[in-house]
Amino acid sequence: MRKYALINSIFKHIFTYLLLILFMLPFYLMIINSFKTNQEFITNPFSLPSSISFHNYIRSFEAMDFVNAFTNSLIITVISVFLILLTSAMAAYFLVRFKWVASKVIFGIFIASMIVPFQAVMIPLVSIYGRMELLNNRWTLIFMYAGFGQAFAVFIFHGFVKNIPVEMEEAATIDGCGRLRTFFKIVLPMLKPVISTVMILQVLWIWNDFLLPSLILLSPAQRTLPLSLFTFFTAFSVDFSPLMAGIVLTILPILAVFLLLQKQIVDGVMQGAIK
Amino acid sequence: MKEKVRLRDIGSFSVFVLPSLFVFSAVLLAPMLYGVYLTFTDYNPIHGASNFVGFQNYREALTDTVFFRQLGITIRYVIFSTILSNLVAFILAYLLTSKIRLKGLARTGFFTPNLIGGIVLGFIWRLIFSNVLTVLGQQFDIGILSTSFLTHPDRAIHALIIVTVWQYAGYLMIIYMAGFMSIPKDVQEAASIDRATGLRKVFSITIPLMVPSFIICLFITISRTFMTYDLNLSLTGGDPFGSSRLATMHIFQMAFQGGRFAVGQAQAMILFVVVAVIAVSQVLLAKRFEVES
Repeated sequence: MRKYALINSIFKHIFTYLLLILFMLPFYLMIINSFKTNQEFITNPFSLPSSISFHNYIRSFEAMDFVNAFTNSLIITVISVFLILLTSAMAAYFLVRFKWVASKVIFGIFIASMIVPFQAVMIPLVSIYGRMELLNNRWTLIFMYAGFGQAFAVFIFHGFVKNIPVEMEEAATIDGCGRLRTFFKIVLPMLKPVISTVMILQVLWIWNDFLLPSLILLSPAQRTLPLSLFTFFTAFSVDFSPLMAGIVLTILPILAVFLLLQKQIVDGVMQGAIK
Repeated sequence: MKEKVRLRDIGSFSVFVLPSLFVFSAVLLAPMLYGVYLTFTDYNPIHGASNFVGFQNYREALTDTVFFRQLGITIRYVIFSTILSNLVAFILAYLLTSKIRLKGLARTGFFTPNLIGGIVLGFIWRLIFSNVLTVLGQQFDIGILSTSFLTHPDRAIHALIIVTVWQYAGYLMIIYMAGFMSIPKDVQEAASIDRATGLRKVFSITIPLMVPSFIICLFITISRTFMTYDLNLSLTGGDPFGSSRLATMHIFQMAFQGGRFAVGQAQAMILFVVVAVIAVSQVLLAKRFEVES
């Protein structure tokens, strides 16, 4: 019996690590080949680079206008996520505490809307905002993210606020705190764990999103990272090694954040999915 | 007094709820309703919506044989991606919840593809399918690999499925891991005392108790893979000959490249209804298998 357990355990280890290597292989190949010349990559994509050269990185950095694209992505993601968190937390708080019929109806509409995929509204969205001449504007995109992020965030906050006892808020009210102050001083600090869940999911979504910005942001100067990588690929189609450097550059920022905040991110994703 | 309280409540409502409700309505609710209206008009981006045409767009959407072909391809893609990614995810979760060294590292590794957007993932794999696997195939004389999957009309869709499984497995794994860990220890022990081992335990104890995890994961995979666009665009672009063009890309091209907004929107509504019906009935159906430990 013990021998069986040992063999079982060895087999499990080998199988797990083999799968892990297989899963990681694409990233490994991107990294090693991003240091090689195009010719070296085409003849043998598995060989290690004969010399470390950052030539491809310099080329892709310039061709993608990396600093600009990165800044655009950062501005759009940070402001959108901030707006989503603020408005949805306030709305969810109110909808829980004021048990009006209207609260229930509004919450119901939020929930029901979660099943609507972006693609079902993308055509009317573009025609409405296009007619108002609001396309090709970063603020329009931020506004849209704020709108598309509401339902899920309200849903998560709603579930959390329900379990916060009212007593603290009542005490604050007796002490003369207004509703806004009660919310910001008492309620918001208690929302911290769930704020991080919502924040992580929204950041991952907005940072990586392609379809919406591709419809809204038309001028090259406004491109976000995914858009910039996309145009770079169209322009460099067979010049593979700079493309791989471009991929590595695009992945690097989010990967760095992930390695720092691993536990929170995995927990956040899990909480978000289970609720 | 009562009047005053009411007024104050409505004031708070506008501060707390209105901003949220406003962006939500402006971006999702209004376009949704307007979209339904569009499908009954002859709207196009140049002339705007001028005439009411009844069910004309739906008739056209339903007689668009290309759309149905793409819908068929999409459904095949969804079925295979859903089954395979859940299977792989379940196995990964099983391995990573048993006694294994470097669990944290492995979990991080399997999850990594999910940090990256579909566009980037598609480009990574485009290079792998067309430049890495072909070299491998030629060197070791493996027929199936020696020409790129992406240029083959039957295999391009397989490439799309492979990448989808690679991406979603690590994500679903996290949910299944939570499911595994929520199974009470005493149930497991009771099963061991009754001499249930290995696979037997998995099928009669683990799987029935994990029905809630399956419901979530199937819902996530079905509703998301039906809407795949980014990955499709960057990996295959729908090529060769539209053999890997999924429904969303068809709708996108119909509207934004063909300029036929109303027909495109009608097809988007059809797709939405198909997805909603499948995803929701899956949940209702699976709920019947739920058991308490």
